[in-house]
Amino acid sequence: MTMPSATKPRRPAFSPDYNAEPVLQASGLVKRYGRVTALDGADFELYPNEVLAIVGDNGAGKSTLIKILSGAAIPDAGEIRLDGQVVHFRNPLHARELGIETVFQDLALAPGLDITSNLFLGREERMPGLAGRLFRKLDKRAMQRQAAAHMQSLKIGIRSMAQAVETLSGGQRQGVAIARAVSWGRRIVIMDEPTAALGVQESAMVLDLIRTVRDRGVPVVVISHSLPQVFEVADRIQVMRLGRRVGIAFPERHTMDDVVGMITGARAG
Amino acid sequence: MSATAAPSPGRRARHAAALAAEQLRAAGLLGPILAILAEIAIFGGLAPRFATTRNFLLIAEQAMEIATLAIGQTLIILVAGIDLANGLVMVLASVVMAKFAVAGVPLVVAILAGFAVTAGFGLVEGVLVALIELPPFIVTLGFFNVALALALLISNEASIINLPPGLLALGNNVSIGGTEFPVGVFAMLAVLLITWYALRETAWGRHMYALGDNAPAARLTGVRVNRVLISAYVTAGVIYAVAALLLLGRTTVANPDAGQTANLESITAAVIGGISLFGGRGSIVGPVLGAFIVGMLQNGLTIVGVDALYQDIAIGLLVILAVMLDRLQRGRSVR
Repeated sequence: MTMPSATKPRRPAFSPDYNAEPVLQASGLVKRYGRVTALDGADFELYPNEVLAIVGDNGAGKSTLIKILSGAAIPDAGEIRLDGQVVHFRNPLHARELGIETVFQDLALAPGLDITSNLFLGREERMPGLAGRLFRKLDKRAMQRQAAAHMQSLKIGIRSMAQAVETLSGGQRQGVAIARAVSWGRRIVIMDEPTAALGVQESAMVLDLIRTVRDRGVPVVVISHSLPQVFEVADRIQVMRLGRRVGIAFPERHTMDDVVGMITGARAG
Repeated sequence: MSATAAPSPGRRARHAAALAAEQLRAAGLLGPILAILAEIAIFGGLAPRFATTRNFLLIAEQAMEIATLAIGQTLIILVAGIDLANGLVMVLASVVMAKFAVAGVPLVVAILAGFAVTAGFGLVEGVLVALIELPPFIVTLGFFNVALALALLISNEASIINLPPGLLALGNNVSIGGTEFPVGVFAMLAVLLITWYALRETAWGRHMYALGDNAPAARLTGVRVNRVLISAYVTAGVIYAVAALLLLGRTTVANPDAGQTANLESITAAVIGGISLFGGRGSIVGPVLGAFIVGMLQNGLTIVGVDALYQDIAIGLLVILAVMLDRLQRGRSVR
C-alpha cells in the first residue's frame, strides 16, 4: 500500500455541481434542549457530487445538525428539503428509507456477525425456489459474492467476507460500516467523525474511501475535528458557531487559519 | 493466514483440524465437547458400566427434558434475555394437557391447549419485554409465580393420574436394531434440528444474533427488533410444550409440584454449553451438550458412589468455570 502524499493536488473524477439544485437543503433550523439552544437558525446545503465537511468548536451545533439531517432529532423550527421537496423525518429509519444513510460514531455493526451478514442485515436474500420460499433458506453464497464484489469496488482490502466484524481493525470496521452505508442505492451518506479513533494509515484509508464514495456519485457529509483531514478530503467546508452557519470555505481558496478564525469568531465568513 | 502452494497431506489435515477447532471455539462448542470427552474418559476409566450404550441412553432419557427446556431458554438468552419461568410454564402446560385429557376432551385438543398456554405465556412475556421494555428477569420472575399458582389451582394441588397413553407417548421406547431408544430423544432432536436450521439458515436467525449482539444497530439497519424479540419468547414457549410432553412421558402423571428448579437447570445447561448470558453468542447445539454434560456428571458420580450433595457442588463449580471461560474468551476476542 502506498501512502497518499499530503501535498499532491487532488483532481476529482467528479466535480461538485454548485449550479444544480441542492440534494439536501435546510434553512432556519432551530433546536432547543431545555434552556440550551443547540441550533439557532442554522442553514445547510449539500450539492451533487461533493464532499461537504462540517467543522466547528464543541457546542457549535454540528452534532445536532447531523442528528436532524439523519432523522435522529426533530427540529423545533426550520425546513428541510430533499431534492427540492419539503420533508419531515420521523426517525432515523424514515430518513434511511428516503436515501439518507448515516454512519454513526459508535459503529452500528453487530460485532459477532460476519461481514456479509452485517452488509446484508435487514435485507437478506433467500434461495430461489422452494428452499427460499417455503424453508426461508438464505442464499449465503450469493450474498457472500455480492459482498466481496461490493467491498472490492470500494477498494476495501479485506480477504474473507466470512470473518466476524470483531476480528477486524478499527479502520476495516469503519470500512464495513461505510460500505453498508453506500450500498442499496443510497443517495446521501453522512459520517460522524469517521476517523476519530483511527491511526494515521487507517485514517488515510477512510479518507480515500470517502473520495471513492463521492466519485460514485454519492454526496458525502463529514463531521470532523481534524482540519488537515478536512482540507484533504472536502470540496467545501461549512463552519458552525453558536448554533449557526457562520461561513463557507473552500480548501483551494482558504487557509486553515481562515477556517480557525471563523470557528473562533475572530474572522467573519 | 492463507495456505501456501502444495502443502503436504499431513499439513493440510492438520490445517483442516485447526480450522475445525477454531470454528468450534468460535461457536463456543469446543469446551463442551472436550468436557464430554473428559467425562467419558474419566468415568469410563473408573467404572466399566459407565461407557455403555445402555447407560448413555439412560443419561439421554434423564437429560432430554432439561435439554429441550434449555433450547427454548437459549433462544431467549440469545436476544439478551433470561427466562426464570420456563420450568413452571412447562409444568402448567402438563397440568392443562392432563386436566383436559382426563376430562375426556380429544387428545389433540388437550395437547394443543398445552401449546396455547406456553405460547401465550411467551407472547405476553415478549410483549412486556419488547414494547413496555421491562427487564426480562423481572417479567419471567413474575410469571414463575403466576404459572406455579395456576398449576396448583387447576390441579387442586394434587397430581393428575390415570392419563391416557397417548399423552405419555414420548415416554415410550422404540426398538431400533435390538436397542430400545426413548421416543423422547427423537422429539428433543427434532426440536434441536429445527431451531438449528432456523438460527443458521434464515434471516430470522441472523436477526436474533444481531439483536442480542447490538440491539441499537439492529434497529437502525431496519431489523424489526420488536417482532424478532417477541417471536423469540413465543418460539421458546412452543418448545416448552414439547418439554411438557417429555415430562408427562417420563413421570406418567401431571404433578404441579414438579419442575421448580428446572429454570435454573436450563440456564446451567445453556451456560455450560457456551451460550453467553450477554446475548448474541453461542450455538444452539451448546445447551443440549450442556444438559448432557450435567446429566453425565450426575450419572457418573452416582455410579462411582459420590453423594448427591457433592454432585450439586460439582455442578455449581462447573457453571462458574463455564462463565469464567466465556468471560476470558470475550476479553480476548473483543479488542
